[in-house]
Amino acid sequence: MSKKVIIIGGGVAGMQAAVTLEELGIRSVIIEKEDGLGGKLRRWDRLFPTMTPAEEVLDELKDRVQRSGVEVMTSCEVSEIGCEGRMVTLKDGSSLESDAVVVASGFDLFPAELKEEYGYKIYDNVFTTVDLERMFRNGGVRTVDGRIPKTVAFLHCVGSRDEKVNQRHCSRVCCITGVKQAIEIKQEHPDTEVYSFYMDMRMFGPGYEELYRQAQQEFNIHFVRGRISEASQTIDHRIQIKAEDTLIGLPLKMTVDMLVLIVGMKAGESNLRWSRCQGVDLYPSSFVKPKNLFLGGVESDSKHIFYAGTVTAPKNIGESIDEGIAAAHRVAQRLKEE
Amino acid sequence: MVNWGYTITRVRRVDIDSNDMSYSRKLLAEFPELQSCIACGSCTATCTAGNLTKFNVRKLQTLVRRGEYEGVRKELEKCMLCGKCRLVCPRGINIRGLVQKLKKELPVK
Repeated sequence: MSKKVIIIGGGVAGMQAAVTLEELGIRSVIIEKEDGLGGKLRRWDRLFPTMTPAEEVLDELKDRVQRSGVEVMTSCEVSEIGCEGRMVTLKDGSSLESDAVVVASGFDLFPAELKEEYGYKIYDNVFTTVDLERMFRNGGVRTVDGRIPKTVAFLHCVGSRDEKVNQRHCSRVCCITGVKQAIEIKQEHPDTEVYSFYMDMRMFGPGYEELYRQAQQEFNIHFVRGRISEASQTIDHRIQIKAEDTLIGLPLKMTVDMLVLIVGMKAGESNLRWSRCQGVDLYPSSFVKPKNLFLGGVESDSKHIFYAGTVTAPKNIGESIDEGIAAAHRVAQRLKEE
Repeated sequence: MVNWGYTITRVRRVDIDSNDMSYSRKLLAEFPELQSCIACGSCTATCTAGNLTKFNVRKLQTLVRRGEYEGVRKELEKCMLCGKCRLVCPRGINIRGLVQKLKKELPVK
């Protein structure tokens, strides 16, 4: 009988892992809790740093999945991994046998309403980066009452590097997301003044620093080093913000038409469930701890459980897809050994 | 009137809403490379004047960008135009040129 591998999660990492496994002659099944493949990418408009439409990547991956004949189960959620990766239990109580499991269950978005001082879901014109992507997809950035914003403030590190909400890690990709979105607003509305409040700017990938510099120099986006301490709504539904401009050492106040909270990646809720399985350990951040950060990034301490994508740490799309390939090869190696 | 000896403390906060941002806007339009400052402080570290006085060109240009012009022009008189700041800037900003421009355009206040 041919070997069968279960992939938990049909985001970019899971899709690529499944496709690669099929290429290596191993049958794979993707179990996706939502009603379609794509994961978080389904909600994104364009990708940093090249402004590539998210659909371009998504359609290609879906195409690969379809061509390779991977079995896909949607609206179907795994509740537990059992027998060290030899079976999984689904939410409906049924169970599936497998020769190995690739956990590609991804991350959760930080719920911005937990940072009450910024007024998300309290004030009308406070949005998140996710809301903004939806606006880009649906025809443009507007305030709640449909006006073009004249001033927009971005706030970096919402739910990242913040002990107060138990998110001590850096989410890595949000810095460049904020830069990308600030540019997109300037492209859409050149007369809008855009301010970005940051603690550190971490431009870790190829082309990121270049995009940041473009944002500064070509698009005249005002980067202010300092974290907004609080936001409040004015009588005309604008948002007044307070911060320190730490580079001049003075407190600063301004009113904007729109405040965008750049939300971080939080460890997936399901990671706690996976950790009940022997061989799956979590970091204090609740991201899953791979077997070895240098030599075993897609492996667990269990012989039949593998990882791909943001289940282990915040990553960008390219890194996640590459991990899908890496995990598939590790699985194939392991199954060959047996 | 009786002088009770009390005064009203001036707010020291930068208020973008009420500051006159027109010169800041004009400066950034004419000198866009200024926005690419990453506040590394190399200019101030190497500054001849900065090592003898409190002159801090990194901070002064940020103040101007935020619409805080008061006292900047006077402060700029400390600069000796040696140009070392421009040599060390990792973003290639012509800081010496900026000082000359500000000295020409900012009000003496």
